[in-house]
Amino acid sequence: MTDVKKFDRDVEIAWCPGCGDFSILNALKTALSELDLEPHQVTVVSGIGQAAKMPQYIRTNGFNGLHGRALPPALAIKTVNKDMNVIVNSGDGDSYGEGGNHLLHNIRRNVNIAHFVHDNQIYGLTKGQASPTTDENHKTAIQPEGVIVQKFNPIAFAIANGAGFVARSFSGDIKHLTETMKAAIQYNGYAIVDILQPCVSFNKINTFKWYKDRVYALDHTYDPSNKSEALIKADEWGDDIPIGIIYKRQEQPSFTDLIPQLNDAPLIDRKRHPIDAEKFMNDFK
Amino acid sequence: MNYNILIGGAAGQGINTLSSLLEKILHRKGYYLFSNMDYMSRVRGGHNFVQIRFGDEPITSHHSALDLVIALDQETLDLHQSRLKDTGVIFIDRSLNESKTSDNKQLKTYDFKSVAKELENNRVEGSVTVGAVLKHFGLDLDYVKESCDSIFKKVSIAQLNYTAIEKGMDLAESLLTLNPMPNNQDKILINGNQALALGALAGGLDYYVAYPMSPSTGIMTYLSSKQSEAGIVVEQAEDEIAAINMAIGGAYAGARSMTGTSGGGFSLMVESLGLSGIMEIPLVVVDVQRPGPATGLPTRTEQSDLSFVLTASHGEISRMILSVKSAEDAFYATVRALNIADKYQIPVIILSDQFLADTSQTIDAFNFDNITINRHISKKEDITEGTYKRYEMTENGISPRIIPGKIEGQVILSDSDEHDEYGNITESADVRIKQMNKRMQRLEMLKSVVEEPEHFGSEQPNLLLMGWGSMYGPLQEAVKMLQDDGYKVASLVFGDLYPLPTKLLEKYHDKANTLVNVEQNFTGQLGKLIRQETGIHCQKSILKYDGRQLSGEEIYNRVIKEVL
Ligand SMILES: Cc1ncc(C[n+]2csc(CCOP(=O)(O)OP(=O)(O)O)c2C)c(N)n1
Ligand code: SF4
Repeated sequence: MTDVKKFDRDVEIAWCPGCGDFSILNALKTALSELDLEPHQVTVVSGIGQAAKMPQYIRTNGFNGLHGRALPPALAIKTVNKDMNVIVNSGDGDSYGEGGNHLLHNIRRNVNIAHFVHDNQIYGLTKGQASPTTDENHKTAIQPEGVIVQKFNPIAFAIANGAGFVARSFSGDIKHLTETMKAAIQYNGYAIVDILQPCVSFNKINTFKWYKDRVYALDHTYDPSNKSEALIKADEWGDDIPIGIIYKRQEQPSFTDLIPQLNDAPLIDRKRHPIDAEKFMNDFK
Repeated sequence: MNYNILIGGAAGQGINTLSSLLEKILHRKGYYLFSNMDYMSRVRGGHNFVQIRFGDEPITSHHSALDLVIALDQETLDLHQSRLKDTGVIFIDRSLNESKTSDNKQLKTYDFKSVAKELENNRVEGSVTVGAVLKHFGLDLDYVKESCDSIFKKVSIAQLNYTAIEKGMDLAESLLTLNPMPNNQDKILINGNQALALGALAGGLDYYVAYPMSPSTGIMTYLSSKQSEAGIVVEQAEDEIAAINMAIGGAYAGARSMTGTSGGGFSLMVESLGLSGIMEIPLVVVDVQRPGPATGLPTRTEQSDLSFVLTASHGEISRMILSVKSAEDAFYATVRALNIADKYQIPVIILSDQFLADTSQTIDAFNFDNITINRHISKKEDITEGTYKRYEMTENGISPRIIPGKIEGQVILSDSDEHDEYGNITESADVRIKQMNKRMQRLEMLKSVVEEPEHFGSEQPNLLLMGWGSMYGPLQEAVKMLQDDGYKVASLVFGDLYPLPTKLLEKYHDKANTLVNVEQNFTGQLGKLIRQETGIHCQKSILKYDGRQLSGEEIYNRVIKEVL
């Protein structure tokens, strides 16, 4: 176990007091240290939003990019340096709204990264508009009559589209969250964890208490390898909300495993000499 | 001596195989070629043609007067007959000419199809035609075997096509005799996209990510075909936004990264271009231009993205913009772009266009010996105070760059938000000013890096023609023609466009009394840029925006008519 303090960054944190993001930050630090990782061995990638400030607050390599665009650089980082542990931390708006297309295609790619979605069911940074996971009828300044569209179900979506590791956790249960994060990071392939996280400032419906009263942890009797069972679990939302690894497929070769050029050293370690390309000119002679 | 052949027909009729085979043979025989493609945005049907100009001296532009038309359909006959020289001829298959125009002396009717049928493979019709063309020009079978072997990968197919060429030779008569050419082992025949991609490989590219868009796709196709041998990774992204963000992510993590697209895709990339600017991540973006806006003319040519890429991105960033002038230039310019991006930690945009992308030209083989790959990556020893600062303030405005994970205990934080030296988000006015100054300072440094435009023609010109990118070859030819007529004329063709190199411009501007910008766009974007950067006005413009490239001859005619 590495010293968890190594992951502290000496900066002022701009989240509201009481925000669920704090626990997610702590769980991530603990998970990394328990996995025996050093700060330079990890890159945390994010888009834009409150959740996306994560790379600012944890001492690892960080890439805090554009709104909705966390996945493309993350998978690129893993592609060119397969030794790097790449973790995406971003909001539900960022991951499911602006970044929806990338989510879809990253599931297809199965790049070995862990994707932690801080799902507060609202847009925090832009002050409380509906996100793709906001419950129906929830009223906001932009949806004054309440949300009229169906909510997006990230768990069902990910399982149905072939993601290998799909989990839900809750920022109010740090131990559960830490363990889920560790399992996701260790999984060889794309692993998504939807993390229920209260936003104390803008989501007055899905509060800490609201989640606390509803979440229950899946126990050892649940078999996450059964896809049809998992899809049924994925639909459970209301008075009881399951947390835990909802679906886990046996590991398959991940994206980088399937590219023969990446078999030996990471791409960035290849030495390049202009003259090596000279042979390609023969085609044009 | 040079001859101009046009091969026209519907998509799917095998124009490409016919032309590549003919080009390969002529190239191997030592002739200089210049071949360009004109095709429609459809997979079957429509009217498409290739023009192959060849001769015993380098050729830099296409030309309209034709010596030989190979008409695979009636439309080719109808559309191009009028471009035929008095001495020119048209080859058509007998099936096309049963009733029509049999008294036309220029029309040569041959049994291409039935010979192919005799060989039991309709697809060798093109090769039969090639044989007739060779005979027409009085050429022999030297180099034909080798050329077949290089075009057709399967031995039996190569052999069959060779036989088809032999049979085709028996059909025609020799109307011409060409000067024999010396061995040309040191010459290559390559198009703009291929040359650019090969330049990227020579320049140490690790990672190419793009989304297909004509006419840039050829770059990705070429790089993909070499990826395992070259040990690079080429990826087709889900869209252009992903493509550029992947290229940026790859570069952040230490790979030499590049993306390529055309204007529409570039439009989608714009927010991310700014990201590479504020993150100070080296990136090369190729924009192979086609006519816009929106989907425009997807398979045609234009040079209308210059004004756009000059300021693309909200906010202000240091960037370099260069255009490629020819296949030869595309190779070296790409190497240079990759090195400059790494050195200054900025985005570098390469502008090419459909004309260049699809034009094959005989050029000297590239010289790989003088190419260097300079990554400008810092090492452990370069970290002075124990803790690495990604955005450290330095005298020249460039912070040391290290690779994540490579130095124990050091981490790298990059952001799209304004940040301090460590990469931590800040809203401090003071830090903002310092970081902005630091990033923008590089524009000054780039001014000493940019290469002057290429001067061609008179040292004391009255008339100065200015262009950029692919106007290079046509302008050279136009200047030659005007000089032959006794005019004192010169051209300046810009490769580097931003920051704008101004020395030669100022020098020749003082001498010439008429300045003309010659461009493939509506608004005269180079003319505007020159005015903006130097206050120098072009009195006239020669502009074209019908999606077809200006030829040397066309520029010549328009100068005579509109300027002189
Ligand atoms: C291209 C673009 N569009 C919009 C925004 C504004 N924006 C910033 S964060 C955000 C939503 C963030 O919501 P979420 O991802 O749920 O994160 P949270 O703040 O709730 O943690 C939006 C719309 C932006 N920065 N960039
Ligand atoms: S606005 Fe909501 S999500 Fe953002 S920091 Fe405050 S509580 Fe957290």
